[in-house]
Amino acid sequence: MNGSAVADPLASNLVSEGRPCHFPDPSRGFKCALGRDLPDNGVVSASPALVLILFPFSPVPDVPLHFQSVSELAALLEAKTITSVELTQAVIARTQAVEERIKAFNSYDAADALAQAAASDARRAAGQALGPLDGIPIGIKDVIAVTGQPLTASSKMLANFVSPYDATVTQKLKKAGAVVWGRLNLDEFAMGSSTENSAFHTTRNPYNLDCVPGGSSGGSAAALAAGEAIATLGSDTGGSIRQPAALCNVVGLKPTYGLVSRYGLIAFASSLDQIGPFTRTVEDAAITLQAIAGHDERDSTSVKIEIPDYRTALKTKKGPWRLGIPKEYFGEGLDPEVASAVEKAISYYEKLGCEIKNVSLPHTEYGVGVYYIIATAECSSNLSRYDGIRYGHRTADAKDIVDLYFKSRAEGFGPEVKRRIILGTYVLSSGYYDAYYLRAQKVRTLIRQDFLNAYNEVDAIITPTTPTPAFKRGAKADPLAMYLCDVYTIGANLAGLPGISVPCGFSSGGLPIGMQLIGQPFMEADLLAIANAYDSAHNWGRRTPEL
Amino acid sequence: MSVPADLNIDRIANLARIALTPEEKEKFSAQLADVLTNIEKLREVDVTGVEPTAHAFPIYNVWAEDVAQPGLSVEDALRNAPVQRDNMIVVPKVVD
Repeated sequence: MNGSAVADPLASNLVSEGRPCHFPDPSRGFKCALGRDLPDNGVVSASPALVLILFPFSPVPDVPLHFQSVSELAALLEAKTITSVELTQAVIARTQAVEERIKAFNSYDAADALAQAAASDARRAAGQALGPLDGIPIGIKDVIAVTGQPLTASSKMLANFVSPYDATVTQKLKKAGAVVWGRLNLDEFAMGSSTENSAFHTTRNPYNLDCVPGGSSGGSAAALAAGEAIATLGSDTGGSIRQPAALCNVVGLKPTYGLVSRYGLIAFASSLDQIGPFTRTVEDAAITLQAIAGHDERDSTSVKIEIPDYRTALKTKKGPWRLGIPKEYFGEGLDPEVASAVEKAISYYEKLGCEIKNVSLPHTEYGVGVYYIIATAECSSNLSRYDGIRYGHRTADAKDIVDLYFKSRAEGFGPEVKRRIILGTYVLSSGYYDAYYLRAQKVRTLIRQDFLNAYNEVDAIITPTTPTPAFKRGAKADPLAMYLCDVYTIGANLAGLPGISVPCGFSSGGLPIGMQLIGQPFMEADLLAIANAYDSAHNWGRRTPEL
Repeated sequence: MSVPADLNIDRIANLARIALTPEEKEKFSAQLADVLTNIEKLREVDVTGVEPTAHAFPIYNVWAEDVAQPGLSVEDALRNAPVQRDNMIVVPKVVD
């Protein structure tokens, strides 16, 4: 337990460019990037000489470009140590090297990315750089519109669709100078927890290619974890950012409902959907959120509030915080290794002087039921637009217009989408509306109230992000078993709250584990600061898979 | 798991305008029965006097100035149409 340089996983990562990393041994000490010691991991102290050897300058020099953080790369770009074209070329080369194994992308346009990178370099040379995202390649889930690029939702229905406009978040990323990079795979129409429902291919978990990356934003999580992007965007309706983030050892943030515009996001369940970033560090999540948050008159549910400086908040908001542990999230079905990793993280907060309080969210067990009524009801309505008329798949053999609807939808949608449309249609149908939909909306009120009551006593709630680490492909063929994967993440969507998954360790089988922090509405600055207090001291998300 | 008597899959598929194969009907009926059984749990909850939540943060009466904004060109708007002719989308005959 001496944390010597040779035994340190990050150190081996640093000295072996091209052959990054190892699975960390949770029993072993681990030094963070700043060389601070980690009391809960048993590292006694960091020798100044060691720090000097490992970190002669900041940012970290020998991590391959494709595995560096946004903040590190922004500093390198600003210092003109690297160009955006070099960085983008590195990401493209990495993608070409590993994508055959990971299958995170539905498509990518290397020439377009390099053109954006060249434009970024030209801006910088002219002294007109736009900020920390200028020149950084950011991958986009294939449900978010980018002008002139495919927009498929990983569905046969939209296999040939090319977006005629930019989503608001895409516009904002472009305004921030980011290199908009690639179309990332997902469960069809964002319905699923494994990307196995993609009509095109299943994405692999970079930490174990036999396992799923989670979903629905599995491509966004896997691409980032594998070094195929520097950050990515996903969307989260019941956990679709946080769950894959946890399974792939990256940070995933679902903002408060209404903070980020949904304009240009393919709708699944409009009262729950929210776009958010995947990043390697909480600081990177703050930087990315800064670029995409804000009121948009093209989304009528977008909220007019002042957007604080999230990155500054990481430094100014120091705690100690009051943190709630809901007993309902630590019961039956929780994998013991996940429980133990999250408990270790909680004890770290305790050591920081935070007050750890037991809280109760008594309606938790109804979350999955409420979610599968409300989300399917909304999806059955939203997906009625795919009728084969104006865009999307049209059947080749229709007797008449009504037959065209039936057959186009039958051919264009995959099984999970059909299942959810059928369920949603049922719960909204005459005679069942009150029993299912209205009742679910009322229980949703109670679930939301549970959280708001807890926030009278605590600043944020800590839970595991998922009950188990990544599971094998094909292991959850039964839809209900798959739905229950989202049990810890659904509450934040139903209540509209911000939630973030932060890497907090690995299972004995080498699979990543995530901790979820759920914050108060529109208090992302506080949530990020709380998450950063743990993340910046542990940096689990800087580990990289052996590929 | 048996299918609830009131889950009429033909009626629902018709409402949803999706043609299902006999295999799909059988499979979905069984799977949805499972899900619905799980959802039955909600009946335990006392919701007397509880208001429904449609949105976590409802916003009412969002107004915009009544001013024309630039839209898509005809070419862009029709780029994804399955069949088009003379700046129009072609559909099967609706009225005889």
